[in-house]
Amino acid sequence: MRFNKSFGKGVALVASLAVLGTLGACAKSQRDTGSGTASTSGGDFVFAASSDPVMLDPAMASDGETFRVSRQIFEGLVSTKPGTVDLEPLLAKSWTNTPDGKSYTFTLQEGVKFHDGTDFNAEAVCANFDRWYNWTGLNQNENITYYYGKLFKGFKDSKTKGIYDSCEAKSATQATIKLNTPFAGFVQAMTLPAFSMQSPTALKKYNADDTKGTETDPRFSAYATAHPTGTGPFKFDKWERDQQVTLTRNDDYWGDKAKVSKVIIRTISDPKARTQELEAGNIDGYDLVAPADVQALKDKGFQIENRPAFNILYLGFNQKNKALKNLKVRQAISYAIDKAAVVKQSLPEGSAPAKEFMPSMVEGYEEGVTDYAYNPTKAKKLLKEAGAENLTLRFAYPTGVSRPYMPTPEDTFVAIKSQLEAVGIKITPVAAKWSPDYLDLAQSPEGTTKRDIHLLGWTGDYNDPDNFIGVFFGAKSNEWGFDNPKLFADLKKARELPTREEQTPLYKQINKEIADYAPGVPIAHPAPSLAFGKGVKGYVASPVQDEVWSNITVDR
Amino acid sequence: MLRFAVRRLLLMVPVLFGLSILLFMWLRALPGDPARALLGEKATPDSIARLNEVYGFNKPLWQQYFIYTKALLSGDFGVSPRTGEPVLGTFLERFPATIELAVAALIFAIAVGIPLGYFAAKRAGGLLDTITVGGSLLGVVIPVFVLAYLLKVVFAVGLPGSVFGFPLSDLAFLPSSGRQNARIDATHITNFYVLDGLITREWDAAWDAVLHLILPAIALGSIPLAIIVRMTRASVIDVLNEDYVRTANAKGLARRVITRRHVLRNAMLPVTTVIGLQAGALLAGAVLTESVFAINGIGSYLFTAISSLDFAVLQGFILFIAVVYALVNLAVDLLYGLIDPRLRTA
Repeated sequence: MRFNKSFGKGVALVASLAVLGTLGACAKSQRDTGSGTASTSGGDFVFAASSDPVMLDPAMASDGETFRVSRQIFEGLVSTKPGTVDLEPLLAKSWTNTPDGKSYTFTLQEGVKFHDGTDFNAEAVCANFDRWYNWTGLNQNENITYYYGKLFKGFKDSKTKGIYDSCEAKSATQATIKLNTPFAGFVQAMTLPAFSMQSPTALKKYNADDTKGTETDPRFSAYATAHPTGTGPFKFDKWERDQQVTLTRNDDYWGDKAKVSKVIIRTISDPKARTQELEAGNIDGYDLVAPADVQALKDKGFQIENRPAFNILYLGFNQKNKALKNLKVRQAISYAIDKAAVVKQSLPEGSAPAKEFMPSMVEGYEEGVTDYAYNPTKAKKLLKEAGAENLTLRFAYPTGVSRPYMPTPEDTFVAIKSQLEAVGIKITPVAAKWSPDYLDLAQSPEGTTKRDIHLLGWTGDYNDPDNFIGVFFGAKSNEWGFDNPKLFADLKKARELPTREEQTPLYKQINKEIADYAPGVPIAHPAPSLAFGKGVKGYVASPVQDEVWSNITVDR
Repeated sequence: MLRFAVRRLLLMVPVLFGLSILLFMWLRALPGDPARALLGEKATPDSIARLNEVYGFNKPLWQQYFIYTKALLSGDFGVSPRTGEPVLGTFLERFPATIELAVAALIFAIAVGIPLGYFAAKRAGGLLDTITVGGSLLGVVIPVFVLAYLLKVVFAVGLPGSVFGFPLSDLAFLPSSGRQNARIDATHITNFYVLDGLITREWDAAWDAVLHLILPAIALGSIPLAIIVRMTRASVIDVLNEDYVRTANAKGLARRVITRRHVLRNAMLPVTTVIGLQAGALLAGAVLTESVFAINGIGSYLFTAISSLDFAVLQGFILFIAVVYALVNLAVDLLYGLIDPRLRTA
């Protein structure tokens, strides 16, 4: 009887497989005839994103997926040269600034129109600046207008004066922006999608800044959900929430028109599902390929693009721990880590070991900083001198997450842990789920007593050293737990210098300072990868994700 | 009858009220800081403080609960800090995907379960019966997401290798994720994709949506299928032994008539109840099924909400599911009373 049962199950399974198999054959033939994707004028390009955009008004966004879509619809005054962080003209042909760094004049492209037919001119530029400056109430919230608040540090009704003062349209093609205080990174900041030029007519017509107390969120105005209007190579067509955003080619585009007639950005949150959809040919590309999938995809003939790394993965020291207050211990740990091995064991191809807390393309990078080349003997000697031979450290790392600067944190943790143990440091692992616990552990006051060293990192927004080292070491923080008044003062001074030329030497010196102080170990600059179908051409990966899809073609 | 219904409805009020308090306390007891979870790496102490202020995370618990309940009673489910959207809007947007999947799963379970159960009962102890009973046990034992994943690997992704010269990858003829191929330019009116395709006569869009439903529906329908099979079988065996069936046979009635009029009609009573009771199981199972097949319904949304401490969403969704569950149960009880006069409570 018992044998019978299992035998029966087997028969049933085979039978059902056979039935499904024949069904499959039918379905297959159906599909082959049913989907002749004849490439019409340019065809379509389908890209899979890991999450839905929050909404489509980039001025109120700080998430990469909103920016990915808005880079196609909107354009800023300036952009970056493809594949680099260097400035390139876009809606502004050229720009000049006064020596005091308080006034910038942009000369604009002529004959540019927004998708709704509104002229792009100096008036439109000022309308955008004034829109940001005049935000009130909920619109000033950091989770909404992160970038404007962060970079311009104040609104019209703020108690303290922000950086922005006024905008003047001298003629149709001349817009002058006046600042209250110099802001050396001002033009670089204009490459951010948050500062894209939007149609003043559409903003007004669809109530882009409509807030009614905390009840309604301005990000969900008719403008931000259904009528985003820019000057870019693609126009908004429709957005099916959590499914896909569809854009169509802007045939009246002022520059080189896009080659595909339609782009679709599909939301697929599961990384495995993205890979499978690419293999099935349902999508043409996706971002943030898991390092483990890279080789398999290459073997199957898919294209892998490495994005130049504009990030840093570091091991932070918590100086609340007495032992870590000792410079010799911090140096010892720095010497104990074999960065090349960590890269090889846990990071994707194209990742580079790091020497300082920012990538080399950023202004102010200093080649000649103290380099803690891998030297376990020296590490042991330093620990002995510091009287810390029996050091035990609680090592915090996140689980269940893949960040662009940390694709597989568990593997990175294992690699570093074994290197530290090799020089005699005992490690107590402290694992926490990325969401919602890990950042608490790494950055909140409660976390300071639970960890001694931790893994974390950062992806830069644009070419500005303050956006890296200023964020980490600009003031006393829970994450690092040290007080270094000189370093804090130097960073403040550098931030307030009027021009890049004056800033750069000071930042180089600060990078030396940081390396000597060894607040943590800069580990690597991991290169995130994108994957594309065989027929995709013309996608240039950008370190700051300034990727406009107008040159893409897809052969099927 | 009416009194019974009203009493049951009134009873729902304290139950849901109690549930909302428990939910509220349980969610707040979870470790982690919602404001920090929301702001990510770029959080500053100032921005966390401001966010706590805006969403009231820093108020005493009883006050937070009071504010929440007051809004709830006026039909306001609150706003998700994570997306900034009203919870109710998101819920309504995503609900069709889940309902479509649940209905497909139920159709699969009923269409396969009732005939299987019936034939197994007709030949109780035979080979088919043994296979069916064994298989239904398996259906209950295998976790939904394991089955979902297996189905996906075999019929959507494709296994390497071949059996008897038949390449296994040929079995993979179904789509692996999502609800519809992005390249199909479908018009969506109701957000029930199959229905939309039928309404707009975009046959290829409707067919594509059906193809996308097959695997998730089988995975999600596996547990109700197993339960329906066993219930039908037991129930048909009972009825077949009833006196009236013997009488009908003795009268020389045609077998078809006996089956339809006497056996199935009576045997279906308990099966109806069981089908009704599956509503909750289907909604719970949808969380995992949707995650495996990357279907953006309420299940996968809950999944994300849990990991990002999105209180507003969790509270709203779970309460809503509780209401649905309670109403379905009530409907089943009422239906049952209609079908079977013996069960009416005075």
